Amino acid sequence: MQCQMCDKAATVHLTEIVNGKKTERHLCEACAQKEGIAIKAPAPISELLTSLMSAQAEAQELGGLRCEQCGLSWLEFRKGGLLGCPNDYTAFEKPLRGLLERVQEGATRHLGRVPRRCSESAAGKQVRLLRLRQDLRQAVEAEDYERAARLRDEMRLLS
Amino acid sequence: MDLSGLYQRVGAWLDETGPVNDIVISSRVRLARNLAGFFFCGQADEAQQRQVLEFVREKLTATDVQGSLWYVPMEQVTALQRQVLTERHLISRELAETGGPRAVALTPDESLAVMVNEEDHLRIQMMANGLQLRETYERICRVDEQLEGQVEYAFSAEYGYLTACPTNTGTGMRVSVMLHLPALKMTGEIEKVLRAAKDLRLAVRGLYGEGSEPVGDFYQLSNQTALGKTEEQIIDDLTRHAVEPMVEYERRARKKLSEGKATALDDKIFRAKGILSHARMVSSEEALYLLSYIRLGIHLGRFRDVRMSTVNRLFLTAQPAHLQTLFGEDLDAGGRDRARADYIRRELAGAA
Repeated sequence: MQCQMCDKAATVHLTEIVNGKKTERHLCEACAQKEGIAIKAPAPISELLTSLMSAQAEAQELGGLRCEQCGLSWLEFRKGGLLGCPNDYTAFEKPLRGLLERVQEGATRHLGRVPRRCSESAAGKQVRLLRLRQDLRQAVEAEDYERAARLRDEMRLLS
Repeated sequence: MDLSGLYQRVGAWLDETGPVNDIVISSRVRLARNLAGFFFCGQADEAQQRQVLEFVREKLTATDVQGSLWYVPMEQVTALQRQVLTERHLISRELAETGGPRAVALTPDESLAVMVNEEDHLRIQMMANGLQLRETYERICRVDEQLEGQVEYAFSAEYGYLTACPTNTGTGMRVSVMLHLPALKMTGEIEKVLRAAKDLRLAVRGLYGEGSEPVGDFYQLSNQTALGKTEEQIIDDLTRHAVEPMVEYERRARKKLSEGKATALDDKIFRAKGILSHARMVSSEEALYLLSYIRLGIHLGRFRDVRMSTVNRLFLTAQPAHLQTLFGEDLDAGGRDRARADYIRRELAGAA
C-alpha cells in the first residue's frame, strides 16, 4: 500500500472513529511523524542517559557522587555510558536503580544463573528464592497446585 | 594453528545442515562477564588491563577447553588479520580497532570465541548453525562453569552479573539468530514483521551485527533486556514470540510467491545467478543482495548445480579483508570489486 501523502510504502495505518464516523489513514513513517502521529521507537542508551534528568538538577543533586574504589563520578558515567568497577553498582545505587528500570523494561532484580561458588551463599539463595516465588505465582495462576506445593516445600528448605 | 588456515573454509556455524536451515542461518549466545577485584576495562589503565589479560590467559590454560583453544593476542596480529576475524564474527569491531592489551581465544571450528578486555573483561560467544539457541546456551554454560571454577566473577544477588554497561547487567546474556527473509521482502510484509519484532523490544540488525544495516534480506534478531528473566525465559521468548512466527510467515510468503508469481520470482533468482556468473565487477553489497536470491533458489529447488556450501563460503570470502588476504595484495575499492567478481565467478563455475 502506498502512503497517502507521498509515494513511499505506507507502514503506519491509523483508524479513527469520531462521532461514529470512521476515517482510515495510511502513511509512511516520515509523513506520519510530520502529521504528529507518534511512533514509539526504543531509544538508544545514550539518549536515555541524557534525558533521564535535566542536567542542571542532576549536577546539583548528584554532582558530588563518586565511587571511592575506581574514582568514577556519576556525571562521568552519564557522559560515557560505561561504569568503572563492580562497586559502582553500590556507590551509584540510588540514581542507577531508576536508570536500570528504564533500560531493562522495568526489571530491577536478577532471576537468572548464579555462579556456582555463590550458589550456597546468601546472594545465591536470594536469587533462587525470587525465582521460586515467580514460579509459584505462575503455578498458582495455572492452578497447578501439585507443583505449587512442591515449590513451597523448596522455598521452606531455603529460608 | 595459524591464521592462514582460516580464510578458505567456513566456521561450523555456517554449515548448511542446521535445523530450520531454509530460513535460520545461525544462532549465537554471548555472555558478558567481569572479574571481581578488577576495575572494568574502561576505567583501568594499560597496566591493569595487561594484568587482567595475563590473569585470564593463565586461567584459560587451566580449564578443560584449553586443549582445543587457540589464543590470539591482538597486539601480535596485523590490522588486516583483525579485520578477517571481525568478518568471521569472531571478534567485535571494537576489539579489532582499539589498541592495547586485548585477545581472543578460539576453538578451531570457530564455534567458541572468548574476547578478553573488550567492554567487559570477558565476552564469551558460542555460535551454531541453524536454529539451536537452547543447545548453544547449554554449550556455553559448560564453558562458563569451567571458567567460574577458575576465577571469581563480579556478581550481586540483586543485579546478577555486573557489567560495564547497565544494559547487560543481570544475565549478561545476548542471544541472537540470523534470519534470511527474502520472500517477506518481496511481498512487502517485511516492514510489518520487523515492526512487530521491535514492539517486542528486540533489536534488528544486519548480517554484520552492531551498527550494520540489513542488506540482502539477512536480519539479525536479538534480545535487549538482560535483567528480570531467567536465561531460559529470554531464549524461550525470542524463539516462541519472534523466530518461530517469522519462520512461519516467510515459508508462507515463499509458497504464495511460488504459486502466484512464479515467473517474477524465478526471474529474480536466475537473473542473480546470471549476473554473478558473468559480471566483471561486483560490490560487497551487490554480492550479498544477489547471493540472497541464489540461496532462495537453492532452497526452492531451482538449481542443482550450485551448492549451499559454496554460497555460504562466498558470504564470508567475498568480504574485503578476506579478498585482500586471498589475493595477497593491497586492493583499492575498484580492485576489490574486480577480485570479488572473478572469485565468485570461479567459485560458481567450479561448483557446476
